[in-house]
Amino acid sequence: MRTAPDDISDTLAGLAIFADLSRPELERVAHTLEERYFAQDERVLREGLSGSAFYIILEGEAAVMAGGKRVNTLGRGDFFGEISVLLGEAPVADIMAARPLRCLVLPGELLREFLQSNPRVCYRILVAEARKLANATRRGG
Amino acid sequence: MTDRPHPPGDYPVVLVGSGPGGLQISYSLSRLGVKHAMISADENAGGMFRKWPFFQRLLSWTKPYAPFAQGTREYERYDWNSLLPEEKECRALMCSMMDGTSYYPSRPEMERNLVAFADRTHVAVRYGCRWTGTRRDGERWVLETSDGEYRCQVPIFAVGVAEPWRPQIPGIEDAAHYAQTRPAETYAGRRVFIVGKENSGFELATGFLQWAKQIVLASPSPTKLSITTRSLVGVRARYVQPYEDHVLAGGVLVLDASIERIERTGKTFLVHTRRAETAAELVFEVDDVIAATGFTSPINDLPKLGVATVGRNKLPAQTPFWESASLPGVYFGGTIHQASPGLRKHGMPSNSGGVNGHRYNGRVLARQVAKKHFGIDPERPVVPRAELVSYLLHEVTNAPELWHQKSYLARVLVRDEKRGIVDDGILPLQSFLDSGPADAVAATLEENTDGDIYPVLYTRRGGVSAEHDLPPHPLHDFRTRDHERAVVAALEGLLA
Repeated sequence: MRTAPDDISDTLAGLAIFADLSRPELERVAHTLEERYFAQDERVLREGLSGSAFYIILEGEAAVMAGGKRVNTLGRGDFFGEISVLLGEAPVADIMAARPLRCLVLPGELLREFLQSNPRVCYRILVAEARKLANATRRGG
Repeated sequence: MTDRPHPPGDYPVVLVGSGPGGLQISYSLSRLGVKHAMISADENAGGMFRKWPFFQRLLSWTKPYAPFAQGTREYERYDWNSLLPEEKECRALMCSMMDGTSYYPSRPEMERNLVAFADRTHVAVRYGCRWTGTRRDGERWVLETSDGEYRCQVPIFAVGVAEPWRPQIPGIEDAAHYAQTRPAETYAGRRVFIVGKENSGFELATGFLQWAKQIVLASPSPTKLSITTRSLVGVRARYVQPYEDHVLAGGVLVLDASIERIERTGKTFLVHTRRAETAAELVFEVDDVIAATGFTSPINDLPKLGVATVGRNKLPAQTPFWESASLPGVYFGGTIHQASPGLRKHGMPSNSGGVNGHRYNGRVLARQVAKKHFGIDPERPVVPRAELVSYLLHEVTNAPELWHQKSYLARVLVRDEKRGIVDDGILPLQSFLDSGPADAVAATLEENTDGDIYPVLYTRRGGVSAEHDLPPHPLHDFRTRDHERAVVAALEGLLA
């Protein structure tokens, strides 16, 4: 995982949350999001710090850290950061790059407009959130 | 080409590139006593400013008359273009090169500013020496060049972001790149299609307004203006004229559309586009197509050696100290620093893509290389406890590093058991938060989406970070009683 994909739109097309978008919509989204690379063990999201962002994993693995312990692992197609942005609160956990990590990033301030202008992405995100909630409920949390 | 400095050989550091980034880093390394060779494929200092911007005037201003005297540290906030020597007679050089017609220097004025900096501060460059390849030999890096091989412990590549880059659009190879734009008058009476709606596209459109018969600017996402993004990301006010022409239906067309293909048909082009919102196809017949699609960095074979790249234009991904994020020991300088984005709090970017931002990074980078690789750690002054609060408030009110690199660089003070409170200098905020000293404070400036600019203190107690936002002030003067009280509260039990 050394070089950026030649065409981010192609990469987006392979991710579940963008599966319903047409080619021009994918290109527009690709121009809206910024790509970032994190070295292994680099912090991506910081507990307690304001002004964070929404991340979608393109490649690699991220660890959700709470109280110094790894409580979850995220991989390609997973996303994070949306809860603190939507609630306007600082993140309640750290996210670290467990392996070299490549993400797409949307500054928190742009998330609302992004979701409103891409309702099909919004729906896919809602489904994923529902799944997370169902799993958490099943685990008794 | 006699008496050229730095012949091929073995050096502690080899620095490639003689634009503003390379010049600042070389100067700062020399001040720290780090011996290095500096090589450049060019014939003189200046980097991209030897030929661009195309219409020969910069986007970054220098105000000859400002609230602080030229040559003071505080004045740097108003001068985006001078490099940062310590010798008073070499500071604020840009001002002395400007003819008074604009507070945006012309390209030749900027070039003269950089050449003068190199001359007066004795930055020695081996010009006409092209870096052609790279390899590892045990603990050393080997840089192959047109003059022979250089070996070093630390290579720093400040080779700019000025190599034309085109997206993968069928037929775009037949379009001119921004770099190949002809003199404006040769577009008289012609229909011009510009791919790209960032500053370079709008710069060309501005220059063509009085010549072209029709101007179309197109790219998939909507135009962003700097006055709405409140950053240098977005079309700068100087180039907004074509946009006004568009919204007043004057003839210029600014279009949100993907470019599907470009077809050459004899003397004209057919540009096939698809609107982002409606997916409707629009085809334009034009006389010229120009790809104002940006630039990449000529980083040669570094990706093959393991340098990870990022973004559409494939810049090297970097740590907060501008080291390759995937290949330790390889550093980058100058405008390539834009690919080390830092925290981007509230979405605000750094100014590392411009001289006003990366000149400060260059000083920090030199200090980091000196300390980490050569054990050179300059004396860090003690801050008397009684002056702590006023010092921090003076910094957030006046420090040019903090104003030009908001939420990116910070003033760091550390508690030292033996010496008291020690000034650790200006450091990347991200490195402070993630790996800074156990008991310390970092002061920076931040901006939120409401446009408030306010100081923020980040404290570390036993290695745990906390954020303390201070209130904004209408005049950006934070030396008030309210701010004093807020600083004292934030530092309670830590340094104060």
